[in-house]
Amino acid sequence: MTVESVLFYAFAGLSLLSALAMVGFVRNVVAGAMSLVVTMISLAGIYVLLEAHLVAVIQIMVYAGAILVLFLFVIMLLNLRSDDFGPVRPWQGVLKVVGAAVALGIFVVLLGVLPDTLPEVAELPEGFGGFRVIGVSLFTDYVVPVEVAGFLLLAAIVGAVILAKRSID
Amino acid sequence: MLLEVVLKTLFILMIVVGVFAPIMTWVERKQSAMMQDRIGANRADVAGITLLGLLHPAADVIKLLTKEDVVPRGANRVMHLMAPVIAAVPAIVAFAVIPYGGVYQFGDHTLSLVVADIDWGLLYLFATGSLATYGAVMAGWSSNNNWSLLGGVRNTAQMISYEVTMGLSVVGIFMVFGTLKLTDMALAQDQTFRLLGFIEVFGLGMLPPWLDWIRLPNWGIFLQPLGFLMFLTCIMAENKRPPFDLPEADSELVAGYFTEYSGMRFGLFYMSEFIEVAVISGLLTALFLGGWAVPYLSQDTIIGAIAPIFGDGLATIVCMVLHVVTFLVKVIVMVWFQMLIRWSLPRFRYDQVMDLCWKILLPLSLANVFATALVMLAVGAA
Repeated sequence: MTVESVLFYAFAGLSLLSALAMVGFVRNVVAGAMSLVVTMISLAGIYVLLEAHLVAVIQIMVYAGAILVLFLFVIMLLNLRSDDFGPVRPWQGVLKVVGAAVALGIFVVLLGVLPDTLPEVAELPEGFGGFRVIGVSLFTDYVVPVEVAGFLLLAAIVGAVILAKRSID
Repeated sequence: MLLEVVLKTLFILMIVVGVFAPIMTWVERKQSAMMQDRIGANRADVAGITLLGLLHPAADVIKLLTKEDVVPRGANRVMHLMAPVIAAVPAIVAFAVIPYGGVYQFGDHTLSLVVADIDWGLLYLFATGSLATYGAVMAGWSSNNNWSLLGGVRNTAQMISYEVTMGLSVVGIFMVFGTLKLTDMALAQDQTFRLLGFIEVFGLGMLPPWLDWIRLPNWGIFLQPLGFLMFLTCIMAENKRPPFDLPEADSELVAGYFTEYSGMRFGLFYMSEFIEVAVISGLLTALFLGGWAVPYLSQDTIIGAIAPIFGDGLATIVCMVLHVVTFLVKVIVMVWFQMLIRWSLPRFRYDQVMDLCWKILLPLSLANVFATALVMLAVGAA
């Protein structure tokens, strides 16, 4: 096994485990959020192995470094503790088993549909995944979607400010 | 190859964790003492020798290692124990992409004095910096203490806000140098530019040749002075030391997010703060103060001047040592400067910190990006 495949399995295993842990920590919300951080970071590791460096860095900066920090901020402001959730109801156990069975079923169906071998890997073009190539294509080929997304975000910010201001006034 | 990477990593770890961090605790005590007309730390001694108080860092470590490591009742034990480590790691790994020397040719072996020479070095720094929040957040939440929690919440908001402006304030720098690679930036800063060159570029007249001698080093601080000031402010706010120590705020929150820590875990928070000061200085040096470059003496000039005396190989080694020493001197100056600010300014109020970020620095940094783009367009067109 090459170093890359060892790293891939390490990151893949870590991301799966931490994703499971996130679901498992239902009653300890902060621990759940921290597991999600680990998932995000291991996904970034997989992106680096796929030569998608910019996506990897953005994954860490935006998801792990900003969005999940905001999640934590909100969780800490609410100061949720495990006893805030009320007692465990009996039918919750049944739901868990049903949910797990459905997920496993989908996985088995997918295993049958997916091809056994991976498609042939094409030769990577020069500068693939770098900020220069992505930046150029974002601002030439995809300039309209970028502007539209920017406009949408601006509208969301203005809306958030107005809503927040109303509750202060 | 592997040996080279290990040696370079060991060198930078030794300098930053082994020398800078302990010495900085001493410098901070002595400098604050000097600024407040006190004597400062001078009591730790071995057989009566105090070395101006330089033994205090060693005494600190012995004290912290032998103290009880308390986990408060009701705390989340795992997170409480993990938090100091998570705070320290991003600070330490950041130095991997900061070049502390140039690229040197020994026969057919090329030696580049940086641990990881990656194309997206600057982005790597932002990524590790954005993870630095978690140490304080986890410490604040897991301690089961309201002071700690308040410190953690303040820390989150402050770090998130300043990350945005910090990123925008260096956009100008990578527009000017046209790269995100820190080694290429350092190389570009090894040159000089004509202070009055813009007169000729815009066709406003011809300069007499003697004016060519009025030159400035091609450093970020001269090309992006506003960017430098904004970046310095933002990164000092990210470091959470006074005047931006709201998450810690001793007079309001006891000790903020690490109120409940003792022993070496407290020491780890303390140390990661000092390591961050060193990283910040290294980063400021690499981006704005020319990195390892000796002002007005480019690498070719230095090697060319001493090669006839020492021969090529030895001249390259001399040049390398000169560059590393230059880098360290600049880092030390920036550390001193940060300490000076830390002991001069009182703490901001929380709304002032936020106003400074969102109402002053954010518009200014956007304006800086636009102005830089306009100037570069004009120079490109002329």
